[in-house]
Amino acid sequence: MSPPSLAVWKFASCDGCQLTLLDCEDELLAIAGQVEIRQFLEASSAVAEGPFDVSLVEGSITTEHDIERIQQVREQSGLLVTIGACATAGGIQALRNYADVAHYTTAVYAHPDYISTLATSTPASAHVKVDLELHGCPIDKGHLLQTIAALLLGTVPQQDSGSVCMECKRRGTACLLVSRGVPCLGPVTRSGCGALCPAYDRGCFGCFGPSESINLDAIRDQLVAIGTPDDAVDRLLGTFTVRSFREAQP
Amino acid sequence: MTHRTGNRLLQVGALARVEGEGALYVQVDDDRVTAAQLQIYEPPRFFEAFLRGRHCSEPPDITARICGICPVAYQMSACLAIEDVCGVAVPDDIAALRQLLYCGEWIESHALHIYLLHAPDFLGYDGAIEMARDHRDLVQQALRLKKIGNAILELIGGRAVHPINVRVGGFYRSPTAADIAALEPELQWALQASWDTVARVAAFDFPDYDGDWDLVALAGSEDSGGMSCSGTYPIMGRRIAAASGRLDIDVAAFTEHFREEHLPHSTALHGRWDGGPYLVGPLARYALNRALLPEQARAAAQAAGLEEVCRNPFRSIIVRAVELVAACEMALDLVRGYRPPREPFVEVPVRAGVGHGVSEAPRGLLYHRYEIDDDGLIVSATIVPPTAQNQPAIEHDLQHLVEDNLDLGDGELTHRCEQAIRNYDPCISCATHFLRLEVHRA
Repeated sequence: MSPPSLAVWKFASCDGCQLTLLDCEDELLAIAGQVEIRQFLEASSAVAEGPFDVSLVEGSITTEHDIERIQQVREQSGLLVTIGACATAGGIQALRNYADVAHYTTAVYAHPDYISTLATSTPASAHVKVDLELHGCPIDKGHLLQTIAALLLGTVPQQDSGSVCMECKRRGTACLLVSRGVPCLGPVTRSGCGALCPAYDRGCFGCFGPSESINLDAIRDQLVAIGTPDDAVDRLLGTFTVRSFREAQP
Repeated sequence: MTHRTGNRLLQVGALARVEGEGALYVQVDDDRVTAAQLQIYEPPRFFEAFLRGRHCSEPPDITARICGICPVAYQMSACLAIEDVCGVAVPDDIAALRQLLYCGEWIESHALHIYLLHAPDFLGYDGAIEMARDHRDLVQQALRLKKIGNAILELIGGRAVHPINVRVGGFYRSPTAADIAALEPELQWALQASWDTVARVAAFDFPDYDGDWDLVALAGSEDSGGMSCSGTYPIMGRRIAAASGRLDIDVAAFTEHFREEHLPHSTALHGRWDGGPYLVGPLARYALNRALLPEQARAAAQAAGLEEVCRNPFRSIIVRAVELVAACEMALDLVRGYRPPREPFVEVPVRAGVGHGVSEAPRGLLYHRYEIDDDGLIVSATIVPPTAQNQPAIEHDLQHLVEDNLDLGDGELTHRCEQAIRNYDPCISCATHFLRLEVHRA
């Protein structure tokens, strides 16, 4: 049986999530022995044609051309897996979706006619069917490896649906929000990072996006109750996965 | 070899082994190069536009997202700029921890570029995975080097990509002495391995080429405190100089000397200096600060026969390897001398004004400027990344390389041009972040 084929694609992004694959220093060569990497432009000039068993998609859709390209990726791919906040939620560049256009047009650069871009930044799932999503800005390396291993074994990759808050409890980190009055989005943020920020004495800023069934009103009230100004709460909820938190608003 | 005459078009639609989306376009009409472009078509993400109105505590996290390969560079230039607005300089112990974190990024990024992105050009492979079939030890060495860089980033920063522990004024939490000490054995190995790297890459065959651009980098200075003081190969500092001697300025004067141009074939603005095309990055740092290299790095450069000023960008891989030695050496020193800072951060009281910050990203000078108001909100932000500054020099090289090598067949010439681009370790994601918005509605 020939090994499963893999392709890695980039849309609007910082390259950090695909770098996470190269950051698997202990596993990279083993992975390369198990899958046929047919297309990974950041790592190799070799470009093989599709179809691909699995496509990893990084980045958000911000141009007309991207829309065509993500559709082509979908057509050529058995499984389409989006990696990171840009591909799953539109990324930080989705801040443009909510910007006052009049304000932005004052910031026009020298020759706008040279550039073409859409007014919105959207996740791949707004355009094509996505089979699996790895969240995070950036994704977690362990989660990526677990997903690749599951796909190789033909099992269903584990999807974490809890919150950062629960991970903090498991890790034994004292609650920053309750015990020290530090603004923290842990109660409403999807787990997957291992509750990293609170372990570093820092409140969660939601880079994995909203978890399921959240109560945003309650977290807003709590943040305001500990003295966080309203505009600071808006900024906290409106940064790395702004589009997802907006859509989670009741 | 037959001399090829007439009109030729060399094109690569999507460049490999660079960070981001770029293309190569060279046109030759009657043996004259009429166009030589590194086309950057990566869509803009408008960071400078949406930074407006954000709080001045946010740029370290927000601008890190411009580049997943060098987030620490963005975090450091951002912190330095905001602290400059507010008139705060962090104490030496915090500056030392910043420098150690930055060394981690240099080690990770340089090992990635030298071995996984650049070496395949010299050894004749499509990429590192293909190269590993014949040179497994080489790739394993690369991955182990990369891993120690990432280990520093993970320990101090919390994670390798977009570290979470950096804040204006310092860090949220400082690592314990025991945690930092645990880095020492692997760093000792890395120092040896980076020596070996210099020797290996110095043995590659290099095409002859001499760039006639100027070289611009941070320069050591006597009076800037903390870790940017004289005697240390500068990664963070304020003084910017050119190898030609035609420039020696404080960072506050940056925009008086450098400007950005918007050209049709690029979503990145081109960096221009009245002095003409200039280069930032390892060649520039080495030319200006060779004397400030730590001892072993200087010895490695000498053993490799590296000239005092290297103007052949193909040989930048040797300079990058020398800097890898330097980063390991500096990191080891910092690890051995580490005491947890008295406080992980200092308060940075908000005050309205303009500030500038600059640091040496692995790819070269990264400049940030912020204007903030009385409430600490950002009025304007300007970010000038290294690849945007290098783009004119890269195109200048493409033009000359093609003119000098018209005898080569199209395939070989195209490959040579691709290599010329990879010489600079271009980070296209960085270069493209900062275009301002044009709304295009259906």
